[in-house]
Amino acid sequence: MSALAYGTAGWLFLVGLYGIVTSRNLIHMVICLTVVQSSTYVLLLSIGYRSGAAAPVFADIPPGSRAVDPIVQALTLTDVVVEATVVALMLALAVQAHKRFGTLDPNELTPLRG
Amino acid sequence: MSERARLGLFLGAATGMAVLLAWGMAGLPAFGAFHGAYALLIDHVVVAQRHATDAVTAVNFDYRGLDTLGEEFILFTSVVGLAVLLREQRSERERPPARAGEEHRFQGASCALRTLTLLLVGPLVVLALYVDSHGALTPGGGFQGGVLGAAALLLVFLGGGYLTMRRLSPHRLVELAEAGGAAGYGLIGVGGIVFAGAFLKNFLGYGTAGELISAGTIPLLSMAVAAEVSGAFVLLWSEFLDQALIVRRG
Repeated sequence: MSALAYGTAGWLFLVGLYGIVTSRNLIHMVICLTVVQSSTYVLLLSIGYRSGAAAPVFADIPPGSRAVDPIVQALTLTDVVVEATVVALMLALAVQAHKRFGTLDPNELTPLRG
Repeated sequence: MSERARLGLFLGAATGMAVLLAWGMAGLPAFGAFHGAYALLIDHVVVAQRHATDAVTAVNFDYRGLDTLGEEFILFTSVVGLAVLLREQRSERERPPARAGEEHRFQGASCALRTLTLLLVGPLVVLALYVDSHGALTPGGGFQGGVLGAAALLLVFLGGGYLTMRRLSPHRLVELAEAGGAAGYGLIGVGGIVFAGAFLKNFLGYGTAGELISAGTIPLLSMAVAAEVSGAFVLLWSEFLDQALIVRRG
């Protein structure tokens, strides 16, 4: 079970990187970056999981019941927010690159002129 | 660099990375056997100490409140950066609607889509407010509720049209929500210095655990974040939709 949980995180990371390296489209590249980032969610949540535990919400279970790690869940939330902001900025850059060069293919982007 | 060379370089590096990842992950505790001291401590004390029943929100807005301040400002700064990146360029001009009544309608929106989305707007706003305000009790909080609230406006765009969305979310109001939310979080933190002696320290009564008004400053911080996140995302969508619908190269 450990191999599956951690292996998924590693796989998402590498397959996302492969997508970035071979990408032919800036939008596709940004989405590949989100795949890389989602590997960190899987890793964080896998580390914080305790077998047979409930969610760390003590509204309907007594305080101190066996629950999963709330800290990695809070970290994952931070991670999601940061990902959203990074994606927004990268997409804005893609919009500008398309305006300037008329293409979204990263191989066609010529070096910046002064 | 040729594409083959780049791919070869990547495959070599990725193999090394995979080996390192496998090596590192082999040293992690087995899946499900987690024994983090802080997590166990927080699970035990969160209800007694903070009167909040959702440990994740308590960690976010209290135990690690300073981190969330940073996180909120990352969002704030990046949306400001986006607005700067997508500002009107010298070679562009805004294209006003051809007729006064013309809406930049979402292409291909059928009558069914329009009806369904407009029916969902009200319930989505209620859900957003519920998630915002119950963050300390059940899963939720300002970030999640804020995005839901902004999504309601995206539904207005899908079902109604772009100008309806802009009319419902005047630029000034959206900016005010974003900036006010960010400032509110900081000001509540300063309130901690003034009334309790430390930044972001709780200075309100904790109330009864499980009630809507409880957990001290956590719901207030959550609402501040909700305003900021809603404002930030609506601003973000308006900027992108502006690019697609309004701005034309002149």
